[in-house]
Amino acid sequence: MRTRDLIGFARRAATGNPLRTCLLILAMAIGVAAVVVLTALGDGARRYVIGEFSSLGTNLVIILPGRSQTGGFNPGNAITSTPRDLTIDDAQALLRGSAVHRVVPLAVGTSEISYGGKLREVMVAGTNAAYLEVRRLALAQGRFLADGDWRRGASEAVIGATIRDELFGVEPALGQLVRVGDRRFRVVGVMATSGQGLGMNTDELVIVPVSLAQAMFNSNTLFRIMVEAGSREAIELAKAQAIDIIKLRHEGEEDVTAITQDAVLATFDKLLGTLTLAVAGIAAISLAVAGILVMNVMLVSVTQRTAEIGLLKALGATGATIRNAFLTEAAMLSLAGALLGYLLGQGGAALIRQLYPTFPAYPPDWAVLAGLGTALLTGVLFGVQPARRAARLDPVLSLAKH
Amino acid sequence: MSAALIELAGIERVFYLGDSEVHALRHLELRIDSGEYVAIMGPSGSGKSTLLNLLGLLDHPNTGTYHLEGRDVTTLSGNEQARVRSERIGFVFQSFHLVPRLTAAENIALPMTLAGIAPDERNRRVAHALKDYGLADRAGHRPDQLSGGQRQRVAIARATIMQPAMILADEPTGNLDRHTGEEVMRLLEELNARGVTLIVVTHDTTLGARAHRQLLMEDGELKHDSATPCAPVT
Repeated sequence: MRTRDLIGFARRAATGNPLRTCLLILAMAIGVAAVVVLTALGDGARRYVIGEFSSLGTNLVIILPGRSQTGGFNPGNAITSTPRDLTIDDAQALLRGSAVHRVVPLAVGTSEISYGGKLREVMVAGTNAAYLEVRRLALAQGRFLADGDWRRGASEAVIGATIRDELFGVEPALGQLVRVGDRRFRVVGVMATSGQGLGMNTDELVIVPVSLAQAMFNSNTLFRIMVEAGSREAIELAKAQAIDIIKLRHEGEEDVTAITQDAVLATFDKLLGTLTLAVAGIAAISLAVAGILVMNVMLVSVTQRTAEIGLLKALGATGATIRNAFLTEAAMLSLAGALLGYLLGQGGAALIRQLYPTFPAYPPDWAVLAGLGTALLTGVLFGVQPARRAARLDPVLSLAKH
Repeated sequence: MSAALIELAGIERVFYLGDSEVHALRHLELRIDSGEYVAIMGPSGSGKSTLLNLLGLLDHPNTGTYHLEGRDVTTLSGNEQARVRSERIGFVFQSFHLVPRLTAAENIALPMTLAGIAPDERNRRVAHALKDYGLADRAGHRPDQLSGGQRQRVAIARATIMQPAMILADEPTGNLDRHTGEEVMRLLEELNARGVTLIVVTHDTTLGARAHRQLLMEDGELKHDSATPCAPVT
């Protein structure tokens, strides 16, 4: 039998029973669509998180107080396990590291901001002039904090876009005096709208010099120290130097944790990549179910078309021809289902992107290929048994059936 | 005398139904020459359909040999037998056995499609056959849109489209009224007149009487052969 005739014959056989064919294609399509949509969600989450971390800036080493990893028994632990606080002096000392390019101290707390009788609660970040560049942030108006002695600092504040809108409306904000906690600050700059943000959203942030923030919160500790390495290659060296310097300053005890952004990114990448694989696996189960359905439907089809198979044999069809006809039919149904499912899945992913514009719900290529491939493979694999059964039917008994 | 088309020697066919053995065919010796018109008759269960299936290579004897056109076909592989069926044998069934989703033209073309004949050649032969069998205006109709007589004409056109050496017809008029049955038999007899060997299974004695040679089957044995003056004594 010619290939074109074989395909035509299988197509006619498939369309000869539209309901059966539609249901089968639908089942296959749901399986593939599930793979596409779920992997789009998983991979979208991965991209979202990585995008967020990248927006923090690059070449960063983040120093936090306390040790989050245990390193076996340390005699120091027996005496004291309370970590020392990070101070502005610690931060300034880090500048001595040869691989360290810039250092940003960060003190964080909540307070109230008021202007013209309006008052709201805000998150206050105390930092220095380098913050803007290290975090890769942009200003909408005015200037950022002035560079100067970290332990002094003028009473100047940079406010987020949302706070500007809420407090000042259409009035100009620059140069106005606002009250934050029990202090007065002059607004010198307004941050550009950042849209999405992980952790701290600069839209609702008030940024003041670090010394004033510490005074406001009546503490001398830092929440984080961000260390920017001179280059990507220098990250590890900067990390080691930062830990050494802090250790020296903390009586030889390593009571801080240094995280490189790469490590965080790699962890999230791995975590969310595994998650994507897992959901793809779950979705693949529905493909296996669809495969079993293909088998069932093809077996029923063989039974229903027993007389026809007998006839084909009487007309000179070999077992191989009949097997190929049924296999082609199974493959065509699977292919149609897979393509429909692909379109449905892409449509679903597009809908998610439409509903949540910040969420990059694009199915990864490997998942799409794997979904389509699995659909075809299960369809054909589960089609083999019915096709063999059809090919082996006894023509005399088959012809006797009506 | 023309050459032997079919030669059966020592054919036995036994079916097992549970514990019991059913001898569908017993020590059958038969020779049918090319161009003959043979009616196989006998009551139900006499083995005449089994004989026809055997002649059509749809069934295998337990013992004995079957020579078709001088070639031993009992030892052929499944694929080789399929090829013989495709090229040398045409089947006509009582219940027509048309593929319901295919049009009349496609049903007629089916053996050529299975044999892998090029579409141009197929179309040419189908158009010819449709004209010959008076089905030219029915080419695009599916079987359920055709009358019984038309369906059997489609089936006969299909059986002859590969220009076989013999036509095996199993009760070809069984599902037709007398008038259309007569018409179908005339078509088959015209084919025989053109040299195609025609073997008809029937229990209709008047139909059987039209054949040039009658074989009477009973209990799996050949009881009477009109070609040999004396019936074998059992």
